[in-house]
Amino acid sequence: MTTNGIFQLLFYLAALILLAKPLGAFMSRVYQRQKTFLDPVFGPVERLIYRLSRINPDEEMDWKENAVAFLMFNFVGLIIVYGLQRLQQLLPLNPQGLGAVSPDSSFNTAISFATNTNWQGYGGETTMSYLTQMLGLTVQNFVSAASGMAVLVLFIRALARHSATTLGNFWVDLTRSTLYILMPLAVIVALVLISQGSVQNFSAYASASLLQPTTDTSGAKVTEQLIAMGPAASQIAIKQLGTNGGGFFNVNSSHPYENPTPFSNFLEMLSILLIAGALCYTLGAMVGDTRQGWALLAAMTIILVVGIFAAYHYESAGNPKFDSLGVDQHTTAINPGGNMEGKEVRLGIANSALWATVTTAASNGSVNAMHDSFTPMGGLVPLVMMQLGEVVFGGVGSGLYGMLVFVIVAVFVAGLLVGRTPEYLGHKIEAYEMKMASLLILIMPLTVLGLTALAVITSAGTSSILNPSAHGFSEVLYTFTSQGNNNGSAFAGLNANTPFYNITGGLAMLISRYWLAVPTLALGGSLVRKKLIPAGEGTLPTHTPLFIFWLIAVVLIVGALNFFPALALGPIVEHFMMIQ
Amino acid sequence: MIRKQLRIAIITTVSFTVITGVVYPLAVTGLGQLLFPGKANGSLIKEKGKIIGSELIGQPFTDPKYFWGRLSATGPYPYNAGASSGSNLGPLNQALLDGAKKRVADLKAADPQNTQVIPVDLVTASGSGLDPNISVAAALYQVDRVARSRNLTKEQVRSLVNQRIEGRQLGFLGEPRVNVLMLNLALDDIQQSPEAK
Repeated sequence: MTTNGIFQLLFYLAALILLAKPLGAFMSRVYQRQKTFLDPVFGPVERLIYRLSRINPDEEMDWKENAVAFLMFNFVGLIIVYGLQRLQQLLPLNPQGLGAVSPDSSFNTAISFATNTNWQGYGGETTMSYLTQMLGLTVQNFVSAASGMAVLVLFIRALARHSATTLGNFWVDLTRSTLYILMPLAVIVALVLISQGSVQNFSAYASASLLQPTTDTSGAKVTEQLIAMGPAASQIAIKQLGTNGGGFFNVNSSHPYENPTPFSNFLEMLSILLIAGALCYTLGAMVGDTRQGWALLAAMTIILVVGIFAAYHYESAGNPKFDSLGVDQHTTAINPGGNMEGKEVRLGIANSALWATVTTAASNGSVNAMHDSFTPMGGLVPLVMMQLGEVVFGGVGSGLYGMLVFVIVAVFVAGLLVGRTPEYLGHKIEAYEMKMASLLILIMPLTVLGLTALAVITSAGTSSILNPSAHGFSEVLYTFTSQGNNNGSAFAGLNANTPFYNITGGLAMLISRYWLAVPTLALGGSLVRKKLIPAGEGTLPTHTPLFIFWLIAVVLIVGALNFFPALALGPIVEHFMMIQ
Repeated sequence: MIRKQLRIAIITTVSFTVITGVVYPLAVTGLGQLLFPGKANGSLIKEKGKIIGSELIGQPFTDPKYFWGRLSATGPYPYNAGASSGSNLGPLNQALLDGAKKRVADLKAADPQNTQVIPVDLVTASGSGLDPNISVAAALYQVDRVARSRNLTKEQVRSLVNQRIEGRQLGFLGEPRVNVLMLNLALDDIQQSPEAK
């Protein structure tokens, strides 16, 4: 760890927290349909969408109708992404003549992008035509993010209202999320990325004469280097902002065209957590008590900071197996040192560890270094971040509604301990709420651990493993942890592009997205009906430092209890093998 | 209820496909091509109309007269920018250690007198397989070998390296580094000009 490295981490955190209020306040205006400075640009587009699809923006819906709208919208998107992949060889904008994607891979990818996961079993530049990337993947990058934000806003309204039945209109929240929040930010980020060197064109792949010719694996001479092109910057911008994470190229944001400079790296990392962090402020603003939002942001940030410094510590320490080779892993002013396998020199150890933590705290899943090559404990950090249920920032929208479920559990457990009636924001927490919350918390570990167990006892599962021993188990655990939490990052040595992994992973992503979003809406539907209980002496305040630490404890205890045994078999045992 | 919502879903999906899947990428492409044409097209380096590389994409080097870059795990040839890939080898994987050992042996064989410790970025594969950079330490490690192979003085080569160091962006972001391809092109350049010898 270096002073400069630590400064880069702190600078990042400061920027993130400083932007939470202005963006959060703006988003609360958007969702309450107040005037914004973007109305002259996007107002006419918004009204056109409502007119074409005959939506009455003033008409509110109950939780069931909103849930149906959400599911129908995602279903249609899924079909389109599947169809585009299967037919891309017949469609335009395919200069490399890429063929149809296999049925199981198309199934997995369609679910992956509709569920805001962006798990990628394929390599972008060798699989997807420009048309598929644009009409299929870029569109889902926007609307799957907007869907998550819309579900969150419906849930926030349930918390803000009492003795009501409706939560708002999914279509309005979806449209306004896309047009007023995601679109303008994406345009800005995309242009800055191009200014740093990200590509944005429709050219065929370039061919460059190598300065020194090389040979390929068969021994044949290679004099030309193929260089993939494409409309990358526009997709990268939204993949980060929408916590999607799906790379334009195979190696995601470690590719110099996806992430050309340290500044592009900073901007992309900021984009990953920007909206998820600011939505905490939006929550506070919409329920009329901004302290509630700051408390949740504080809880998330504290867990994040611990993860960041843990990952940075272990990656800086390097790989002890290299010491005997006469290799210098010490950090100096001119040598980045540390565990450089799978990392880029321009980004270095600090930014790689920071990114790994940030991208898994959010359900983003883009990478700027190969997590599979991290040290065991460095790789444990991203695993744990996902296994906490993607509630430390989490996906845009989905992270905060996940955290609000933990808040309900925390309030309930605290209520049991001291004998008070549990309540949150004036809503009494009763049996139905606790049933839904328990369901929400139990589904994820059941999916992840169940599928991991299935994979490690079948040859279809184990034959895809790249690295031997405990690390191979970590690869499988990481795969299902990632898909079962809609993250999308990978220990990419595992060959996940097989029918077994495409199908099981696809199911994990479906479960973790819809089986969580729909009960969340049901929970909202129940909370919104409750009579307001004015805060009294018996009320547990939910904005104090005490509550923040209590919430962190509940999140960590639930996560640790579920996953500690599995982690002990993977990264923890590998760590001891490494240092012995 | 389901039919009504399905109808809305289909129409909104088509609308958003047009807005976010067509208008947005085309607008960004138009603006990008207008404002930063060189960068939007890949920062390609051209010589006499021929593309000889990209400033952002590394190339493989094994000749002692060139600076060498990171190891690359792309297939079927190293630094294949048509199929980016990392090695994904875990820290205890024997293949990782074998790869590093081989690189150490190659570096020592090309420069037997060099007793300095080898900076770790020279014996590890980058995440992308296309890393255009090496650390400053990794460049300085190779100065003697390159100078000897080219009949240049160490000072000439070292000063060329020093001129090509890219510092941290804005003074604190990222790591200081040297672009291997640009450095090698500059080396070839000075040897073609008459004052070099």
